[in-house]
Amino acid sequence: MIAQNIGFWIIAIVMIVAALRVVTTNNVVHAALWLVVVLAGAAAQYILLAAEFVAVTQVLVYIGAVMVLFLFGTMLTRARIGTESDLNNSYKKLGIPVGLVMFVAMGLALISSFGDEKLPQTATVVSTQEISDQIFGPYLLPFWALSVVLLAAVVGAIVLARKD
Amino acid sequence: MFVNQFLFLAAILFCIGVYGVIARKNAVLMLMAIELILNSVNINLLTFALRNGSTDGHVFALYIIAVAAAEVGVGLGLVLLVYRNKKTISLDDLSEMRG
Repeated sequence: MIAQNIGFWIIAIVMIVAALRVVTTNNVVHAALWLVVVLAGAAAQYILLAAEFVAVTQVLVYIGAVMVLFLFGTMLTRARIGTESDLNNSYKKLGIPVGLVMFVAMGLALISSFGDEKLPQTATVVSTQEISDQIFGPYLLPFWALSVVLLAAVVGAIVLARKD
Repeated sequence: MFVNQFLFLAAILFCIGVYGVIARKNAVLMLMAIELILNSVNINLLTFALRNGSTDGHVFALYIIAVAAAEVGVGLGLVLLVYRNKKTISLDDLSEMRG
């Protein structure tokens, strides 16, 4: 438990710093690379939460596929790679009080709801078989709907991005 | 490990993502901030899955990952189309629908 706690705090601090860099850096490519740090940290947290299949999926889909999409999007929509000054809104300071108010509201709700409740110590890792039993059992209909969503997204992306 | 330490991490990431959506003018950077928000939701779902000893949260987390991938694909296609037509992806310049 001690080792897991130390791991949690190190990864959490790295994730928060990287997330702050994602929303404050003036370089789009650097933002994408900081986002990789956040996503990898999230995958590590999933392993701490005994969700190994979700962690592996996170690495494959997010760090593998989504980040390549982001880098391609950056490449195709900008002439130059480097620092830019025109990335933020003029009213960006408005975001700080909004974020702080939301955090205080959520924090108070979390403290009053869960206090110092602990996670179960004897949790076993959720196996891939259990997850697939759920997906292809009670959650089959959303799975089908998701397949249609992905097909529509693929067709839609091609239709939007091709040159006529 | 406390339940709250994971939930607070998710709350902090969510608020940073909200700040990013408000502060960023570049469309690609705004999509990145949305990814931060989606990841914080996933951390919440898996925390509650472990707390309640169920696997439903895992299924929902996987569905969210798939929907996020589809969203990024279509979103970046839209950004590409906007760039091709207007030579900019600054969201302030997309004001044709303003009354």
